[in-house]
Amino acid sequence: MSLFKIFDISGSAMSAQTTRLNTTASNLANADTVAGSAEEAYKARHPVFRTQLQDALSAGVDTVGIVESRAPVNMRYEPGHPLADAKGYVYGSNVDTVEETVNMLSASRSYQTNVQVLNTSKELMLRTLNLGKS
Amino acid sequence: MNAIRDRLFANHDEALVLRSQRANVLAANLANADTPNYKARDIDFRDALAVAEGQSLNLQRTRAGHLTPDDASLGGARMMYRIPTHPSLDGNTVDAQQEQARFTENAVRYQATLNFLNGSISGLTRALKGE
Repeated sequence: MSLFKIFDISGSAMSAQTTRLNTTASNLANADTVAGSAEEAYKARHPVFRTQLQDALSAGVDTVGIVESRAPVNMRYEPGHPLADAKGYVYGSNVDTVEETVNMLSASRSYQTNVQVLNTSKELMLRTLNLGKS
Repeated sequence: MNAIRDRLFANHDEALVLRSQRANVLAANLANADTPNYKARDIDFRDALAVAEGQSLNLQRTRAGHLTPDDASLGGARMMYRIPTHPSLDGNTVDAQQEQARFTENAVRYQATLNFLNGSISGLTRALKGE
């Protein structure tokens, strides 16, 4: 019964999108954090997706890893700040809030699509189980 | 027995299997809507059904060393890549809306096939009961 495979496929996609939502949440939460040096500053994190090929038919999604953004950190001159370094600079995160919001919307839409696929497949399987009964 | 099956189900049973396999392919497309470099795939249903009915010529493997076609699990139907409608930066060719529409269409056709099968089965049981 190859409809069973859809549960694996959509399930893997849902877990991948959840990872993406998770990183987006932590990026947005840390958008305004500051640190005393460029190395310590928070860097935006993004998951990397890859297709997991099992056979000709099914192809789920894998999260290969999470990469940190290499965009320059947000350096500000604030000598009064308790975390400021010797020259009076603090280092904010390199999170792009607009990009993260778009990521969040895209992830939630993809998640919804996969839930719909799951629901439809479940419906079809239940109807197949009742084949010949009515 | 095969003759009864052929006459009663009129290939709807094969269509049901192919529909569920196509649902699989389309679900994989939707699952990979955000994967870089993923290429959307689909099967040509008419072609696949012709192969399943034995009306189309298929590759014959006469020796153990012969390579199997990589789409052997589809009963010989050719898996094809979709021609992208929009260019994309990450090399992904999935158009989520199109795939969703195709998935729904496939689900409706699956249900239609189920209805046809249900009709033949209930006809057969009625004939058996002599109502």
